Amino acid sequence: MIRADDLAIFPIEQWIQEGVRWLALNLRPLFQAIKSPIEALLGLSDWVLQSIPFPAMVLIVGLVAWRSAGVGVAAFSVVSQIVIAMLGVWAEAMTTLSLIVTAIVFCAVIGIPIGILCARSDRTWNIVRPILDIMQATPTLVYLVPVVMLFGVGSVPGEVAVVTAAAPPLIRFTNLGIRMVEHEIVEAGLAFGADPRQLLWEIQLPLAIPTILGGLNQTVLTAMVMSVVVAMIGAEGLGLVVLQGLGRLDVGRAAVGGIAIVLLAMMLDRITQKLAEPQRGQRTALVQVLMRLMRGGRREAIAAQTEAEENRQAA
Amino acid sequence: MSERLRIENLYKVFGKYPSDALRMLRDGGTKDFVFAKLGQVVGLNDVSLTVPGGVMYMVMGLSGSGKSTLARCINRLNEPSAGRVLLDGEAVLALDEKALREVRRTRMSMVFQHFALLPNKRVIDNVEFGLKLRGIPPAQRRRRAEELLSLVGLGRWGHHMPHELSGGMRQRVGLARALATDADILIMDEPFSGLDPLIRTEMQDELLRLQRTFNKTILFITHDFQEALKLGSRIAIMSEGRIVREGTPQSIVLEPGSDYVAAFTREIDRGRLFDARSVMKAPAVLWRGPAGTVVGGDGGGFLLDACERVVAGLAGREISLLRETGELSARRGSYVCVPEAAKLVEVARSYRADHTVGVIDDAGRLVGVIGAEQILARIAHLPASGAKS
Repeated sequence: MIRADDLAIFPIEQWIQEGVRWLALNLRPLFQAIKSPIEALLGLSDWVLQSIPFPAMVLIVGLVAWRSAGVGVAAFSVVSQIVIAMLGVWAEAMTTLSLIVTAIVFCAVIGIPIGILCARSDRTWNIVRPILDIMQATPTLVYLVPVVMLFGVGSVPGEVAVVTAAAPPLIRFTNLGIRMVEHEIVEAGLAFGADPRQLLWEIQLPLAIPTILGGLNQTVLTAMVMSVVVAMIGAEGLGLVVLQGLGRLDVGRAAVGGIAIVLLAMMLDRITQKLAEPQRGQRTALVQVLMRLMRGGRREAIAAQTEAEENRQAA
Repeated sequence: MSERLRIENLYKVFGKYPSDALRMLRDGGTKDFVFAKLGQVVGLNDVSLTVPGGVMYMVMGLSGSGKSTLARCINRLNEPSAGRVLLDGEAVLALDEKALREVRRTRMSMVFQHFALLPNKRVIDNVEFGLKLRGIPPAQRRRRAEELLSLVGLGRWGHHMPHELSGGMRQRVGLARALATDADILIMDEPFSGLDPLIRTEMQDELLRLQRTFNKTILFITHDFQEALKLGSRIAIMSEGRIVREGTPQSIVLEPGSDYVAAFTREIDRGRLFDARSVMKAPAVLWRGPAGTVVGGDGGGFLLDACERVVAGLAGREISLLRETGELSARRGSYVCVPEAAKLVEVARSYRADHTVGVIDDAGRLVGVIGAEQILARIAHLPASGAKS
């Protein structure tokens, strides 16, 4: 009987090690170039969030929550923020929030165009899809090793890991949203002579926006999770609080970090989820979503479970 | 009328490599045969037809007959596999993308079964859609859209969202959107199939009314034979991707040509399809005299003046009296006359016992007579005796 250990062992470990090292040595300018815009935006958003006074922040978030998601969510986010502050981790929470905000910007800038490309060509989608599958099946911890080797340690490499982990849902949902646009409406666009650009901007994107916003919600949550994990490679924020508690076997400290994370996550989830709920006949162009943020008010939620639809699509 | 749209030997096979399937079809293979051999679905199999300008041309067929495929092959939403589509003599299939877009923007427009309105745009913006794609300035296209909305009776609904409208109203928006572009070829893909029967009738009348104003060339796809008869100047009946019968509504009902087509004609309302001209008999002269000419038969007759205009009616018994005595009684009876284009149902309504119905032309001359037996025979679809169609 042959045993597993009897098989010759490929030196894959070594190959990957060598390969990544080679990349790190030879493509250093590339990785620096990737890092610099992230560094700039992360620095900016951290500075902004840290310099907004606590009461103003509570008000702003409360207002945004109220306008986009109603009174209940607004009350919840105000209370959550006060609790976070009373736990003594306000500054860390803002750092985590800046990681997430920056990640959302980069995910949108990268993810939505990739999603659009995937929706337009089956070939692209067939290439991108397995990559996304692998990315989403990979435990978040595993991202950290190559990131450290290629980008070093600290908040900026941490942000790279966050963006990498959080972009796939947005790509998926953008692709799905565009593909789900009713066939006859796309045909109508073509029949009236829309060129590819008009088709995208007049028909496909506006009608895909509810689904894309659903993807944004997923992206925010993934970014939240990842922003905690990247504390292990030296990113600051709430994750670091938990990590410190863990290192010192200080259960109290770890729990404080944990509670703050949960509150922040729930807050972000509720706010973005309401944005994503499609409203029947509601004008859903990007402008309208922003307008809704301004105008606000509660709207009836009508079931269109984008996730369920994705499952159906996958089946 | 001049020819606008001509389709020559059009084939559509769904699948990447249609050449084998095309060869089989040209060798006489049927749709089922190709599917069994190659697993490829045949949409169109050697379809040719000619649509004259300004008429409503109906393509009628059951689901799967290829009628929607035909509509979509004309503006190339489906790319035909072989054949030619000529729009005013210009080969549509040879156009590059840019030229095709131009044709779609300015010369052909389309109305969809499920309306295909943009749910995120207001009604007025939907009507403007085609003009916007063409790059017409906002103020100008707004004016045009408002004009068309009031033409389809939705003048005050412009600022509503499509979901606030009923099905019939939404299709009016779809119609307005198609008319707004000034394209004079309209492809209508089962536009009224999704509507309630009452609304459907209303929309059909509306379309006929609009057509009197716009005089577009319309290719109208339907699965409803009644609808085809009501709206169409000509009808093509499709089955399995082929045209099995083509002609005017009356000729198709009179001579279906196959059991397949006859099955559709069986249930239709002949009283509303056929007109007086198609069943009338030539008037037989019974008597000439100084007072005029008497024409007619046992059922009744008419006294005509020198210009063949009706002066008086004679009941059946007066005709018998005339035959016995050879003298015209002095009585001037009332009579019933209908125009040549009157439908049989109208003729039947004006029919009175013991009288013949006269058919008069535009100048008021008597051109034929109709008795009860002609009306009944045509409605019951018996071989029409004195019909001259």
